[in-house]
Amino acid sequence: MTAMDKARDGYTVTLGRAADPGSEFAARVKVEVEGLSFWYGGKQALFDVTMPIAERRVTALIGPSGCGKSTFLRCFNRMHDLYPGNRYAGRIVLHPDGIDIVSPKTDPMIPRLRIGMVFQKPNPFPKSIYENVAAGLRIRGIRDRALLDEQVEKSLRRAALWDEVKDRLDASAYDLSGGQQQRLCIARALAPEPEILLLDEPTSALDPIATAHIEELIDELRAEYTIVIVTHNMQQAARISQFTGFFHLGRLVEFGPTQQLFTRPRETMTQDYITGRFG
Amino acid sequence: MPESGEGLPIRKHTVRSFDEELEHLTRQIVHMGALVERQVAEAIRALVERDGDTAARVVQQDDEVDELEEAIDQEAIRILATRQPMAIDLRMVAMALKISNDLERTSDYAVNIARRVQRLIEQPPLKPLVTIPRMAELVQLMIKDVLDAYVRRDAERALDVWRRDEEVDQYYNSLFRELLTYILEDPRRTSMCIDLLFIAKNLERIGDHATNIAEKIRYIVHGDLINRMSRDVKK
Ligand SMILES: Nc1ncnc2c1ncn2[C@@H]1O[C@H](COP(=O)(O)OP(=O)(O)OP(=O)(O)O)[C@@H](O)[C@H]1O
Ligand SMILES: [Mg+2]
Repeated sequence: MTAMDKARDGYTVTLGRAADPGSEFAARVKVEVEGLSFWYGGKQALFDVTMPIAERRVTALIGPSGCGKSTFLRCFNRMHDLYPGNRYAGRIVLHPDGIDIVSPKTDPMIPRLRIGMVFQKPNPFPKSIYENVAAGLRIRGIRDRALLDEQVEKSLRRAALWDEVKDRLDASAYDLSGGQQQRLCIARALAPEPEILLLDEPTSALDPIATAHIEELIDELRAEYTIVIVTHNMQQAARISQFTGFFHLGRLVEFGPTQQLFTRPRETMTQDYITGRFG
Repeated sequence: MPESGEGLPIRKHTVRSFDEELEHLTRQIVHMGALVERQVAEAIRALVERDGDTAARVVQQDDEVDELEEAIDQEAIRILATRQPMAIDLRMVAMALKISNDLERTSDYAVNIARRVQRLIEQPPLKPLVTIPRMAELVQLMIKDVLDAYVRRDAERALDVWRRDEEVDQYYNSLFRELLTYILEDPRRTSMCIDLLFIAKNLERIGDHATNIAEKIRYIVHGDLINRMSRDVKK
């Protein structure tokens, strides 16, 4: 893990060299990951990961297949709790209230309500398109049909899916193509307007136009949300994120402002990876 | 590709053809550099030896240099589009575009010198040239060394070239005064002195481009400032 300049001032973290106040690189910390390790039963998948997640910024996570990116994201909503034998060490502190997400004392519903997630493989519920998007709202107790309608449409529009499904909202989500299902899952995650949005390769199954829509959406969303995105597309990471973390074999090798990481990485391993010189 | 200084070591790409493309681009820059280096050397020789044939040859080579610049730029653009290079690769390709431009400008100055030589040798010599050949030697060595630094990705050597620019500027300033004195002494010599003054100016500009290339080499290696040496190395 590289040293990063981290000048603290309350919640503000200034990342990278000589960041001007007010620049993209001066941001408040939304989440602090501190010494996070994770074990699938006896197999350790994350090793002592420490990194800040900047508020209202996009943080990209990159790294070779199997390096632990999805495992890392799944820690944020305590997905791993669903299987016995899985174990966390370290902390994931959610600001401003300072809740430690992975503490056994924390009710896993708290992060699940505050953090939205889109998985690598689309996983719509076996329900209608409409109900998939409305699900998260219903959990939060919203019953008003007009409000549900409004929020469902808004979310589907944001996920660049509305035009394709507006005439068949009652059709099964399984009738959609893979790329459409992925956008449906994005709409579902957006609907309850979570504080943090975690996206695990959200565009890997999408065509270039839908990808462009999603990238534009992410850029728009960062005015209000904190976003973490896993992507295998280096150009995408470079385009849409302000900060990037590079993982390798369960460790965070380098973290820094995206532009610096892609033009002059500090670590040889990062350079080898992003320039296509790996193994 | 060899690496020196504090830059990160470089391994081969997983996609071999990408390595080949980068190597080819580098070779083309080196080829263009060698051509331009020779043009400058011959322009100076033409001046000192009052050799019209050599001067004419320098002028003719202009097209070849222009073609090489075009080829390099096309290739760099194609690599940007097809490989979307990152980090060291991106810096190399982007700087190939800039360095080819510096070399093309350098070639233009050599051609300019050669054209003035063609005119100068129609008249009897002013007096034996001393300062201009010395200045020319310095500039020529700068080009040679900066191309060497490019091939080796040697930021230290590039910095050394960069530092020499000040000396070139001093030569130019003293030549300027010297030639001005001649003009005042014998106004009939004005046009000849102005030709010599422009030759000195062209040499000074060639030195500037060698300095520019030195800055690009530093950026390729270290990735910080593109158009100047970072402040901590300022003389
Ligand atoms: N449920 C599980 N049980 C045991 N090991 C697992 C489990 N899920 C993942 N792993 C292992 O943990 C490591 C990290 O996997 P993870 O899915 O986090 O990688 P990733 O970086 O997301 O890869 P990809 O880019 O291919 O999605 C891998 O070695 C993987 O085999
Ligand atoms: Mg994954």
